[in-house]
Amino acid sequence: MNPATVQELIWAGVLVALAAFWPMMSNGYWLGIGVDVMMYTALATSWMLFSGPTHYISLASAAFFGVGGFVVGSGMSDYDASFWSMLALSAVIGGVLAALIGLATLRLSGVYFVIFTLGLAEMIRNLVSWVQNNFLGSRGLYVLTEFTDAHLYWMLLLTAGCVYLLGWIISRSRLGFALRIIGGDETVARHVGINTAMAKVILFTTTGVFGAIVGAIIAPRWSYIEPNQVFSPQLSFFVVIMALLGGSGRLWGPVVGVIPFLLIWNWVDSNFPNQSILVLGVAFLVIVYFLPHGFVGRIEQLRARARGR
Amino acid sequence: MLDILVSGLLVSGTYALVAMGLNLQYGVARIMNLANGEVLVLGALAAFWLYTTAQISPILTVILVIPVAFIGNWLIYRFLLTPLVRRSKSQGALEVDSILATFGMSFIFIGIMVSIEGGFFFYKYLSEPISILGSTTSLNRLVAFLLAVLIAAALYIWLHYSRPGVAVRAVSVSTEASGLVGINVPRVSALTFALGGTITAVGGALISTFITLDASIGVVFTLKALIIVIMGGVGEIRGAIVAAIILGLVETGVATLVDPGLTLAAAYFIFVIILLFRPQGLFGRRAV
Repeated sequence: MNPATVQELIWAGVLVALAAFWPMMSNGYWLGIGVDVMMYTALATSWMLFSGPTHYISLASAAFFGVGGFVVGSGMSDYDASFWSMLALSAVIGGVLAALIGLATLRLSGVYFVIFTLGLAEMIRNLVSWVQNNFLGSRGLYVLTEFTDAHLYWMLLLTAGCVYLLGWIISRSRLGFALRIIGGDETVARHVGINTAMAKVILFTTTGVFGAIVGAIIAPRWSYIEPNQVFSPQLSFFVVIMALLGGSGRLWGPVVGVIPFLLIWNWVDSNFPNQSILVLGVAFLVIVYFLPHGFVGRIEQLRARARGR
Repeated sequence: MLDILVSGLLVSGTYALVAMGLNLQYGVARIMNLANGEVLVLGALAAFWLYTTAQISPILTVILVIPVAFIGNWLIYRFLLTPLVRRSKSQGALEVDSILATFGMSFIFIGIMVSIEGGFFFYKYLSEPISILGSTTSLNRLVAFLLAVLIAAALYIWLHYSRPGVAVRAVSVSTEASGLVGINVPRVSALTFALGGTITAVGGALISTFITLDASIGVVFTLKALIIVIMGGVGEIRGAIVAAIILGLVETGVATLVDPGLTLAAAYFIFVIILLFRPQGLFGRRAV
């Protein structure tokens, strides 16, 4: 991953400004797709902040996302809290959770981390259901707000923009440089005096914060929150596929992956609902065997070839 | 209390077997196989399907599963994973690639299994109650345990007292050194990967006699097997057995004393303790 350029930032700004007009041009079905696209763009970009430079595959997205949705649901339903205070609280909880996971697993080799995040969403779902059944007594939570899909879209767009901006700043900072060295060779990084565990934990924490924020913003869309729904492990895999399909070399890679994958997924899911899981499998294999650097890598490869001629 | 001990021990037999399969694949062939649980469920599906459609006893299915799973896993290694092994520059790069590739396979397996049987693999085989040391359990648990122990013992003896077994253990210590002393490393890796997959599928067929599975449960078993392997130490068979017993007992304890929905949380709890205090595993050596 190379440091991002100022030119890239300007392009991103233009893109965000253009994307803000989407709710005015579309409604119903296409606005719904827009919300999905924004949600996954924010998630996949924040995934990329950590996993792009370090090459650590995180499957914890669903856990943070679920925590965000659940905190909003529980706060608004059980304690009559306002949406905004719960949004802030979920960001804090997401960050703390990520920091704890990071401290336990990121001191060790990457495999432990992947394994740990693999079942995390499921484990938290079990815990939450258990607590709800035994101590709170209610199973479903209501999130009733005045927000329309367009509001959610703008909030998610803002979040995605913030994630991008943060990523841009990090990639040009000392921390970003340290992470690139860690991704290149962790032993070397340690020997030149980088506190590798700390750098990884900090970055993973930001991923946790944004995951929880996105989950919290999406909560009003469902209005009825149930643990089985917000902690769906599939979400983690979606995020990984979209980010890698786009390409992990660039901060804007996920955008390129999110849109085609979501369109294909929606089409298959509505026409062949029983075969939709196969799409996930095929997507992973395509990434590994044909697009190891994603669409972005392929585009840059072609551009380099054209220039070489 | 005795109930927990007996059923925890019985279930740990099959856990140990499945973890051994994963241990061979990761410790020797160096593939982090996250489709391991799905292979297990495929074995379970075979047992369920043959029993309900053709009344074939799951014990017989175990024997039928062996050649099919062996060839299937060998083909996967040979044609899907070998290219990844060749192109990888480091163990880290291979891990990332093999994790992503085996994820892909796991979803494809789930897709295939859902189209065969979308519901629960429910059947009754040898479910009459028996009493062990005054604690009541079912006959199928005991039979599965005994078979698992038998297979695991055979594997242990083969690994430690036969020539090919020594070659397998040599590759697990160092691929480079094994190549130097004339071991055909790619061949041994492929056969070990196939063997590991076979053992996992057999374990699945055995588990299906006493736990009702469904097509999407594989990941839970992948996690359990991984936790056992890490707890025991990668490449350590004795470690895997001790770890399987610990996991079996803790899970059964939590399920009976607290809540059956918390078994996964219990497994995670053990996992965190191991990661914090003994990341190299109970029997593993500290990495240099």
